[in-house]
Amino acid sequence: MQPLQEVLRQVVGFIYPNEVELHWGLLIVVYPYITGLVAGAFILASLVRVFNVRELQPTYRLSLLTALAYLLAAPLPLLAHLGHPQRAFEIFLTPNLRSAMAMFGFVYAWYLMVVLLLEIWFDYRKDLVLWSQRERGVMRWLHRLLTLGATELSPGALHFDQNAGRVITIIGIPSAFLLHGYVGFIFGSVKANPWWSSVLMPIVFLFSAIVSGIALMLLFYLVGTLLRSKPVDMVCLDKLAMFLFYAQVLDFSLEMLDFIHRLYEAEESIHILAQLVSSRLFLSLVVLQALLGTLLPLVVLALVSPAFRSGGLLALPAELRRLLYAGAAILIQVGIFSTRWNVVIGGQLFSKSLRGLTVYKTGLLGPEGLFVSGFLLLLPLLFLLLLVAVLPPWVEAEQHPPAG
Amino acid sequence: MEEGKQHRAESGEKISEERRTFLHTCLLAASLPLLALWAKVVAWASGEAPYEPREHYYGMGVDVDRCIGCGRCAEACKRENDVPREPFYFRTWVERYVVSSDGETKVDSPDGGIAGFPATVSEKGILRTFFVPKLCNHCAKPPCVQVCPVGATFSTEDGVVLVDKEYCIGCRYCIQACPYGARFLDPRTRTADKCTFCYHRAVRGLLPACVEVCPTGARMFGELRQRSSPLVPFMRLSKVQVLKPHLNTEPKVYYANLDREVR
Repeated sequence: MQPLQEVLRQVVGFIYPNEVELHWGLLIVVYPYITGLVAGAFILASLVRVFNVRELQPTYRLSLLTALAYLLAAPLPLLAHLGHPQRAFEIFLTPNLRSAMAMFGFVYAWYLMVVLLLEIWFDYRKDLVLWSQRERGVMRWLHRLLTLGATELSPGALHFDQNAGRVITIIGIPSAFLLHGYVGFIFGSVKANPWWSSVLMPIVFLFSAIVSGIALMLLFYLVGTLLRSKPVDMVCLDKLAMFLFYAQVLDFSLEMLDFIHRLYEAEESIHILAQLVSSRLFLSLVVLQALLGTLLPLVVLALVSPAFRSGGLLALPAELRRLLYAGAAILIQVGIFSTRWNVVIGGQLFSKSLRGLTVYKTGLLGPEGLFVSGFLLLLPLLFLLLLVAVLPPWVEAEQHPPAG
Repeated sequence: MEEGKQHRAESGEKISEERRTFLHTCLLAASLPLLALWAKVVAWASGEAPYEPREHYYGMGVDVDRCIGCGRCAEACKRENDVPREPFYFRTWVERYVVSSDGETKVDSPDGGIAGFPATVSEKGILRTFFVPKLCNHCAKPPCVQVCPVGATFSTEDGVVLVDKEYCIGCRYCIQACPYGARFLDPRTRTADKCTFCYHRAVRGLLPACVEVCPTGARMFGELRQRSSPLVPFMRLSKVQVLKPHLNTEPKVYYANLDREVR
């Protein structure tokens, strides 16, 4: 009870008595951050598959595995946050079809089963067969098991794999949009909350997801390549940086549209929201999200990436470019995490009476504490390591030596 | 007799066995209405008519001018409904509005108004001041019911919004969706909680605890669709408003003499 007393002391103005307890905490910040990375990584993969951006081929499989790793972790913060996690399955069994949240189970299951797992399976099937023929021990059996018995490698079968993968990706793009747009809709459709209630919310979520996904894949590709002491494919990295720049321009424009629209309409909530931004959210919104997480990386990418001129406006050497790209990508992750924070926590720091502001206290321990959230942010990395060990996504793993 | 049974069993007359089960079922089915009738007779004999939700549609009227901010309603509610005592959980509370001469409005609700309000001290001079009791509005178009992913919160036929604590998963989406701050998460059950119009009392023909104890009659509870209800003259004789009408939630708590400052 002590923390709530503490919160009560820091309330400015008037809030409804039931608003002292803030209901969606750090775990609910982690959730849209993670699903955003899923959608973003998948959309990057689809650039290769559907839009034939050949330069990005080295990131294709890694993106798919990353999307899967993060998708596996995505429901965990939600589950940990529930008052009664043991009843979570009711969402599948007796969903209230008018509830946006009830759709979670279906959107999630669709994306996992129909899109990601299928696409990864079709893409890896040939390699699974070839690996299992060559390997010994556990891996041989594991890979054989993963082929699900479909071991035919005739040109016709491989052609079918290709086509199936392509069709699934085409279904996958709207599905990825659905997955993260849906998360945005959860917030955007709450008419009681003027900070959330916006038709732009799903779209802003989506584009920030694409930005965060591309930035993450840039980092993962760079780290994965350097850790394996392989040469970094600078053509691929430059292309990634270029797409990252484009996505960020779109994302930034949408955020600005939302901002200007709110200012211009100036509804009754504008005073309290202005107060919110200039006080409680100053660090996380103005400094972290806007300046460090958006503007600085935008400037860096505009100058360094080949967005405007091949070789970049500054024509820097490859090693420096790599460093700057990595820096920009890290800043973007910080910025996008802040974006999620500002939506989720920011939307609860002002009273629905529009008369006061409250504060949010995060503890270290407990389900809503920093440790659990930190663990849930690291867990997808562990999943990814496992996935990479079983299904190596690197280009050289696809080159099979002749049998014998 | 014994012989006959044996004979039937031996000749393999399974039909008779099935027939027996069938007749058994028929008898049971036929006795069900009788049972229901019996229940009615018992209820009639004990002077209790069975509760028919379809015959009721509840609402509440609040006359802001009558509220003196004593907070007895909030206290009675906590006791009647076993609401956690801490000052962060309320099914109903009272807000005090103090509008100073320069137009600035200060609102407070210390411990929901349960222990009354500290004396107002204003250097600017007070233009007007008043109390507003708040509670769940039992909206006809409740956003909380719309968003509940499992249907644990629902509208009853008699116009009350309730929470099934055995079914609530504790996701708190309903709390976010309520524009009035009327919901909280009960820290003991970890499920959503809110005003029920004292449903356990209403179905017995009793008034909600807050209405029962109000010394000035600022709160009125009753039927919205029956002429005998005290709400009907209230709705006819006063100009009533609801809270946040622009959200189109169609609240069924109607306020008379509501100030524009109240949100």
